[in-house]
Amino acid sequence: MAYSDKVKELYQSQLKSIQDAGLFKQERFIHSSQAADIEVEFPVGSSLNKVINVCANNYLGLSSHPEVLKAAHEGLDSRGYGMSSVRFICGTQDIHRELEKKVSEFLGTEDTILFPSCMDANAGVFEAILTSEDVMISDRLVHASIIDGMRLCPAQHDTFKHSNMEHLEKKLQLHANKRLKIVINDGVYSMDGDTAKLDEIAALCEKYDALLFVDESHSSGFIGKTGRGTHEKCGVMGKIDVITTTFGKALGGASGGCVSGRKEIVEMCRQKARPYLFSNTIAPVVVSGVLRVLDILSQSTERRDKLEENTKFWRKGLTEAGFILKDGDTPIVPVMLFNAKLSQDFSRDLFDLGVYAIGFFFPVVPQGAARIRTQISAGHEMHHLEKALDAFIQVGKKYEILGKTKQEIIDRYGC
Amino acid sequence: MEENMKDIILEYVIEEYCDEEDDDVTYDTPLISGGLVDSFSMVSLKRFLENKYKISIPDADASPEAFDTVNSIEELVKKFL
Repeated sequence: MAYSDKVKELYQSQLKSIQDAGLFKQERFIHSSQAADIEVEFPVGSSLNKVINVCANNYLGLSSHPEVLKAAHEGLDSRGYGMSSVRFICGTQDIHRELEKKVSEFLGTEDTILFPSCMDANAGVFEAILTSEDVMISDRLVHASIIDGMRLCPAQHDTFKHSNMEHLEKKLQLHANKRLKIVINDGVYSMDGDTAKLDEIAALCEKYDALLFVDESHSSGFIGKTGRGTHEKCGVMGKIDVITTTFGKALGGASGGCVSGRKEIVEMCRQKARPYLFSNTIAPVVVSGVLRVLDILSQSTERRDKLEENTKFWRKGLTEAGFILKDGDTPIVPVMLFNAKLSQDFSRDLFDLGVYAIGFFFPVVPQGAARIRTQISAGHEMHHLEKALDAFIQVGKKYEILGKTKQEIIDRYGC
Repeated sequence: MEENMKDIILEYVIEEYCDEEDDDVTYDTPLISGGLVDSFSMVSLKRFLENKYKISIPDADASPEAFDTVNSIEELVKKFL
């Protein structure tokens, strides 16, 4: 047996190091459907806690929407459970192509290709469209899946300071002699909840003849007047060359992702992107659900409008209570606590009061920038938000941080 | 010469990686383990050093530890001069 005691001890030692560093991740088992109200078993073996969920990516509250469930059931009945094949052998159904067309219509792009996840889309797209003659210039806060995708690509890579247009311009000048340049951003940044300055970035890309890439995973469905995404909000629809996004967040929350954009770029992915070539695509049941989600969102902006109102209420309530928030207007609302232990203690106390929100600290966020990241949903009713706000205020009072400056909190708790 | 190299590296690090609100960076400030520079962005620093000092730093030597402070970066560069 190759799995000797030596190997076993090696892994045990590494796991202990993770635990000792306070970075050991533990799952919390949810015994209900994903929604504003959930039932959570935590710690493992404890009785179920009914809590308000303010940390899901369920921005539009569609994860358990009855019409989506019905469409998924119908898809299961009519197209079966699995494909048992990759797309280009015998793993493409009519509904896969239908979804690609509907996504293109929704995002205002030329074409779309589905991937098993947005992680896979980001892992596959760069290698498919770039060579060692090219350069990728990414914002320093882009999602980890983009960084993994760039690592898999032979093109040179460089970074610019987060949302710093002067620095981006310097980098575009520095790499002026490259065959292709591509500027890479998230539409909405998942940890800070701020929005990319896509209008300014698009202008720079035009000036320096660079392609523009945006990951819209935390935007698709609810950012912009009709929820098309950051490009709609910034008035640059049609100017984004590559969009990646997920169906695992606002758009039903199940799984799957895509690359959407210029026709030739999408076709290059169809020919060369390895996660597309060597993995089954999205299961028919999920495709059917996402098709229904896009219908719902195309018929009415009611859900994204409600999300906008909920977000305004939440941000206003927390600000008036004296919490320090990251600036922004998206439903990702980080409550800044700065100290790692405080963020964990705060999260635990919230849970005891019936509110489920997670504390994040270094290395997930920068050193000294620990926080509770809250995420608002159209599935939240006013009574959810009022109760959650009340819990935040109770815990904030306990730790005496309300109305305090960043420096005052750091002086008391460290950073 | 030594001070000069450290200052050149420090100036690049501040210009390339720091924002106005960041605390003062010194020769001993932990850049990577302190979260100021992420390992992915470290590539531009490596490229700067290679161009500036006309050297080639093998990937195996360009570890996060070797790039963690201005002092350690200077030691690394001197190995390849």
